[in-house]
Amino acid sequence: MSTTTETSLLAAQLPSRFSFVRSRDFPLIPLLILGIIAFVAVFADLLAPHDPQVGSLAARFHPPFWLAGGSTDYLLGTDQLGRDVLSRLIFGARVSMVVGFTAVIFAGVVGTTLGIISGYLGGWVDQVIMRVVDAWLALPALSFAIFLAAIVGPSEMNIVIILGLVFWTRYARIVRGEVLSLKEREFVRLAIVAGCSKWTIMRRHILPNVVNSAIVLASLMLGVVIIAEASLSFLGVGVPPPKPAWGVMLSDGKQGLMVGYWWLTVFPGCCIMLMVLSSNLLGDWLRVKLDPQLRQL
Amino acid sequence: MSNSIHSFASSEGKRPVAAISNRPLLELRNLSTNYISARGRRVVRAVDDVTLTINAGETLGIVGESGSGKSTLALTILRVLPPAAHIVGGQMMFEGEDLVQKSDAEMRRVRGKRIAMILQDPMASLNPLFTVGDQVAEPIRVHEGASRATAWRRAIGLLKAVRIASPETRVRQHPHEMSGGMRQRIVGAIAMSCEPRLLIADEPTTSLDLTIQAQYLNLLRELQREHGLALIFITHNLGIVAKMCDQLAVMYAGRVVESGPVSRIFNAPAHPYTEALLNSIPRMGDNRERLTAIEGQPPNLASLPPGCAFAPRCPVAFDRCRAEAPPAMDLGAGRTARCWLAVPAAAEAGLQDGAV
Amino acid sequence: MKQFIIRRLGYSLISLIVLSLTIFFFVRVTGDPATLLVEPGASEADIAAIHHQFGLDRPLVVQYLLFMANLARGDLGQSFYYQMPVSELYLSRLPNSLLLAAVAMSFSLLIGIPTGILAAVRVGSFWDSAGKLFALLGLSLPSFFVGLLMILFFSVYLGWLPSSGSGTALHLIMPAFALGWYFAAAHMRLMRSSMLEVLGSEYIKLARLKGLPQALVIGKHALKNALTPVLTLAGINLVLMINVAVIVETVFAWPGVGRLLYEGVSFRDFPVVQGVVILGGAMIVVVNLLVDILYAVIDPRIRLET
Repeated sequence: MSTTTETSLLAAQLPSRFSFVRSRDFPLIPLLILGIIAFVAVFADLLAPHDPQVGSLAARFHPPFWLAGGSTDYLLGTDQLGRDVLSRLIFGARVSMVVGFTAVIFAGVVGTTLGIISGYLGGWVDQVIMRVVDAWLALPALSFAIFLAAIVGPSEMNIVIILGLVFWTRYARIVRGEVLSLKEREFVRLAIVAGCSKWTIMRRHILPNVVNSAIVLASLMLGVVIIAEASLSFLGVGVPPPKPAWGVMLSDGKQGLMVGYWWLTVFPGCCIMLMVLSSNLLGDWLRVKLDPQLRQL
Repeated sequence: MSNSIHSFASSEGKRPVAAISNRPLLELRNLSTNYISARGRRVVRAVDDVTLTINAGETLGIVGESGSGKSTLALTILRVLPPAAHIVGGQMMFEGEDLVQKSDAEMRRVRGKRIAMILQDPMASLNPLFTVGDQVAEPIRVHEGASRATAWRRAIGLLKAVRIASPETRVRQHPHEMSGGMRQRIVGAIAMSCEPRLLIADEPTTSLDLTIQAQYLNLLRELQREHGLALIFITHNLGIVAKMCDQLAVMYAGRVVESGPVSRIFNAPAHPYTEALLNSIPRMGDNRERLTAIEGQPPNLASLPPGCAFAPRCPVAFDRCRAEAPPAMDLGAGRTARCWLAVPAAAEAGLQDGAV
Repeated sequence: MKQFIIRRLGYSLISLIVLSLTIFFFVRVTGDPATLLVEPGASEADIAAIHHQFGLDRPLVVQYLLFMANLARGDLGQSFYYQMPVSELYLSRLPNSLLLAAVAMSFSLLIGIPTGILAAVRVGSFWDSAGKLFALLGLSLPSFFVGLLMILFFSVYLGWLPSSGSGTALHLIMPAFALGWYFAAAHMRLMRSSMLEVLGSEYIKLARLKGLPQALVIGKHALKNALTPVLTLAGINLVLMINVAVIVETVFAWPGVGRLLYEGVSFRDFPVVQGVVILGGAMIVVVNLLVDILYAVIDPRIRLET
């Protein structure tokens, strides 16, 4: 009804490229949290006060510094092996970041590629890919991941591959849907008439138009993948134990919980929660900004 | 200007008017309803300074393009507005009480009981999951505290009154088991269930085919005559206005640009917009090649011009129209119009008002 | 109608075949499956026996057919740890899983439906924002963290509830809540959007115009219509709950199917892992099929699509 006024209003509100940062719904805090986690992950070696994998048995189960028996030497306390919780959290950020991002990107690349191929080529290729997608989507994600982890054994690399294998189907289905409608668009038909090969069309004309959706989906998947990684680590089929992953810390801390060593579970749990919450908020914002059609997701 | 519709209108205008007391049944005074966006940045004046009266037993037609605010006006009278819409000014005197001032609980007892409304779409306005009888009996139970059995009996009577065959079996059926015309009559039965004093019908026949339309309009008129109720008829069909209404109000961009008795307006429209509307209806004996559609874009309520809202499309607009919105001017004989050209004397008076 | 069901049945069958192929493929892709299927530390002779039992020395196609034949007979192999058929083991744990899922579902609906209605009826208000926050937390708080926090609070500090095990109704409360938590948020979101859609309908407008009290408009006219999609989702989620309870059942040592999967992983009892995953996938394929058919029966328009 009032498109002209709305655009002029918008133009008045957005005098420069970056002023959207000041707009009300911009997820500044989530972005800051993710930024801090990323910073900590990169500079873990400089920031961590102690070695995350080596503890002293003399300093087991120290509480955080503000409680009786705590010391400023171990700000957030120590675990059952006398390892510094803060240092383990700092190095855990690195694990979550690396596994989370690479798994999301891996799943995204595989899923987007197969989604484009499936949607554009159609026919039996489409049939084969989509039947696999349907069947794999039926598998409960965590059970499937546990099954794969039980086969290949635990390592950071394997976790990335496993999560990629489990989650690519979600990209494939959505990207394929978009490609089906893009295929009918004028610019694709023109490219066909102009004699472009199928692969050129997919790369030059289809891919750039589905990238937005893939990015939105990736941002929404980040939280899911981080929870999945933590769950696998918690169950002992994720990142192998000496490495400080948040899920492993929670699993270790579970034993101390009954005798009141709450800091061993609450701190890593909060870290996971903050990271997932931030990526979900960021994903929601991106979805509205980049791709209004995906709002129903 | 002698043609079928016009003569029909004047002959029908002689219906007995049941205004026994001299107080009108409903009197809207300077009523305004705005749509206000969440952060209050954008305000759309959907109903703007509307003054209208309707007497008991009378029929008032409200015509205008879609988006002219006629449906919002109806919902304003019943105060069933979407969350963004707010009544921002004016009074609605109904049987001596101001509906604007009533509490929500008091207003609820007016709705369906003293003022009823019929919505446009009969397919969508019945709840698909409940039986027809339940839905017709509901207002009787709520407003009159009738028992289930009593209300149900009266529901059967109401279905009979709106000419539904074998009402005893129909009450137990669900809406999807009935035709569109039947559902429309059921909606009518719901509206009549508590014998309201005023019935508002919002384009009640747009989704029906012509024969059923005619039947339905006849039914409404019978009901009106039997119960002596006042009717507000919202439509964009001037043919229906000619057939059904005593009074007419023409709305444009949220304002009533012209009001008065149907026959007088049809014979001599005072506002160029009314004239354009009348010229756009096809008539018998019309020897023009094409219908005159109204030129230009329908108004954008979010950014109305400073002067008369119709000025950009008006064939006779002059400088003043673009600078200054005309007030509602009394033309005598119960007529008003918002146009500088309606009455030269009024135009002068308006000019002097503006100068003071 | 018949045609639709047949086609839909065909798709499900293909899904099941692809599922079995997937499992078969992944077990063999990593090398000698005998090392997975045999007890840890088994002798050469044991491995040879497994080779023979599964025909691992025969061509892949024959191996797959044998695998499928076993599946078709309901033979999912033998658990090393429990020394009993996986199918029996699974069935013995299923009632516990169903119980947990049923209680968790009740929690999720009891929380999700009223909050969803409140958020929709008071759209844009404090309650709506609170509901959005709740939905966000539901998606962002992993179930194991919810579970551990509950143990810390209700078992360690207050001492009200047992932290693990099964047997009494008290044992059920925390695992059911931790499991229902995520679903409560999902049901709340759907309830809100479904309610908003219904509240915008003409028949709700008419109900208001009839002068019905708000409670009757919402509680009778809107609720019955808005509930249908939520209950459909709840039906699918009930089956999903059985299959995603691994974490919660592990945290609370609840002896369900999920706990069985965890045990399978920790005892390196591969046939159990494989069996639980296959049955979980098959269950979901079947439920999706049933829901589709049910919808087609209710709504004739769906039959014409796809």
